[in-house]
Amino acid sequence: MSPKTLYDKIWDAHVAHEAEDGTCLLYIDRHLVHEVTSPQAFEGLRMTNRQVRAPDKTIAVPDHNVPTTAGRDDPKNMTEDSAIQVAALDQNAKDFGIHYYPVSDVRQGIVHIVGPEQGWTLPGMTVVCGDSHTATHGAFGALAHGIGTSEVEHVLATQTLIQKKSKNMKVEITGKLAPGVTAKDITMSVIGQTGTAGGTGYVIEYCGEAIRDLSMEGRMTVCNMAIEGGARAGLIAPDEKTFAYCMGRPHAPKGAQWEAALAWWKTLYSDDDAHWDEVITIKGEDIAPVVTWGTSPEDVLPITANVPAASDFDGGKVGAAQRSLDYMGLAPGTPLTDIEIDTVFIGSCTNGRIEDLRAAAEILKGKKIKVKRAMVVPGSGLVRAQAEEEGLADVFKEAGFEWRLAGCSMCLAMNPDQLAEGERCASTSNRNFEGRQGYKGRTHLVSPGMAAAAALTGKLTDVREMM
Amino acid sequence: MEKFNTMTGIAAPMPLVNIDTDMIIPKQFLKTIKRSGLGVNLFDEMRYDRQGNEIPDFVLNQDAYRQAEIIVAGENFGCGSSREHAPWAIKDFGIRCVIAPSFADIFYNNCFKNGILPIALPPETVDVLMKDAENGANARLTVDLEAQTVTTSDGEVFSFEVDPFKKHCLMEGLDDIGLTMAKADSIDSFEAIASQARPWV
Repeated sequence: MSPKTLYDKIWDAHVAHEAEDGTCLLYIDRHLVHEVTSPQAFEGLRMTNRQVRAPDKTIAVPDHNVPTTAGRDDPKNMTEDSAIQVAALDQNAKDFGIHYYPVSDVRQGIVHIVGPEQGWTLPGMTVVCGDSHTATHGAFGALAHGIGTSEVEHVLATQTLIQKKSKNMKVEITGKLAPGVTAKDITMSVIGQTGTAGGTGYVIEYCGEAIRDLSMEGRMTVCNMAIEGGARAGLIAPDEKTFAYCMGRPHAPKGAQWEAALAWWKTLYSDDDAHWDEVITIKGEDIAPVVTWGTSPEDVLPITANVPAASDFDGGKVGAAQRSLDYMGLAPGTPLTDIEIDTVFIGSCTNGRIEDLRAAAEILKGKKIKVKRAMVVPGSGLVRAQAEEEGLADVFKEAGFEWRLAGCSMCLAMNPDQLAEGERCASTSNRNFEGRQGYKGRTHLVSPGMAAAAALTGKLTDVREMM
Repeated sequence: MEKFNTMTGIAAPMPLVNIDTDMIIPKQFLKTIKRSGLGVNLFDEMRYDRQGNEIPDFVLNQDAYRQAEIIVAGENFGCGSSREHAPWAIKDFGIRCVIAPSFADIFYNNCFKNGILPIALPPETVDVLMKDAENGANARLTVDLEAQTVTTSDGEVFSFEVDPFKKHCLMEGLDDIGLTMAKADSIDSFEAIASQARPWV
């Protein structure tokens, strides 16, 4: 048998039909659904009198719109249009008989945090969701990617997706990370190198010692931003850490089925002589804590650098860089550590897991914030409960952070958590696009430790100086 | 879905790289439960000031481009979120074709589900089309999907690539779900085999 990549193996195990031109029907094992990209899909089913083909493989949770303040299970405490979308999801979950975690359920949270937490996401699966950050689930060695609403409807009706195979890219991070350098710095550094379109047409497999050394939480952070590099999906081969994370989760297999699953999962790795269409290697020790200066996730620099000038770039990027500098209100040559911050946001499907909160709390312990506003939005109700049990919530509150309920929150600011015009935020989220966190808001993407450090000094800060 | 065959229309030049889905349709317009009516908010934060007044510099606010049916843009158009509201807004405005050196994957797929043709061409070709588009309403591009060509107002012809299956669906206005449901037997037999091999799924 010819050698295969991990992507090849998962793909081959899920082709339900292949046409002569290579167009395939890929079978979908898990379909995650949220309130913003699904109403039109369910409406489409109703209009055509179609059913959900596999309701037991379909899991819904409201996350994008929900307020993160107390009393939110009363729709009166949501804006009218948000309440309509959440109510539509409530109704669709009931009408079509799919698994559902309503706002009032402690298990509610960001869909990409809930899936792994509940054991819905397992190695070797195909996972889709009407959300680009579905790439997160690739951390388990699951082929996971975002889809549009028409495709959501297609998966609901047929449990398949029409796909052509992508190319294989290997991103190897060798050696060890230096202290203060995290999974977020890895994934942002990769995008800084490849650009936001560098991964277009590829599925990326992240590998190497620095990736193996990461926890499951860290691996989810790495895969989460594969989409920011343009890739269809990011993958990490499952190993003992993956299996340990999955074991005992509510929807993970038990007993003999667990053993059977484990036997298959252990075959899920790229063969030594598998073909790669592209290989990128980065030395772990060369990665520094990084921050974005502009309005594209590729605008990445080490925290020790200065704001670049538009003339440092080529081609279409010259104009884009100038536009970014104007939007961000930054002068070329300014040390990044001189940039003053108004707001700090810790949360999102990129960095809203327990390990992220621990990393931030470690920096904050016993200190007070100097920014106008700082908030922690745990990724799920269970992350929140665990953080309270570990005393992290007290650390955040004593430092001056707001301690919120779970949701997407200020990552995309669809709920009331938004930046004011001109406000500048150090954020652990994934996108620094214009207006992303609020009209004319300015976003600097960072790791949780870097966000905490910025909260304490009121400026972008090298976390290594606070350790 | 509306069929796409040939079209001749005004092309709006947007020579910016990485035009993301948050620019195309900001999040405050994602709270709809409908697919229609988003055209008025296409590029909202670039197109209007905070009071809702048009920003005169923005291309679609210029008289020559108000009736644009094509956008010519920089590389990596449509990067970011999976929101299909982006192609819904583009279509609702009246744009039926976007030409750029490259597109983000999810956006590219979403276009085909909505009767929009995204055309990827080499940067130097896009430069030629961009210059043509900058001539305003007098310069109209012609797109022929069957022949896979774009023709400038000067008669210069460029060929483009498109996946044969996607082309077929767009030309015929086919409903993907109906096509897939016709293959239900394949899905049934896959499910039967997979549930034996991986019963935990």
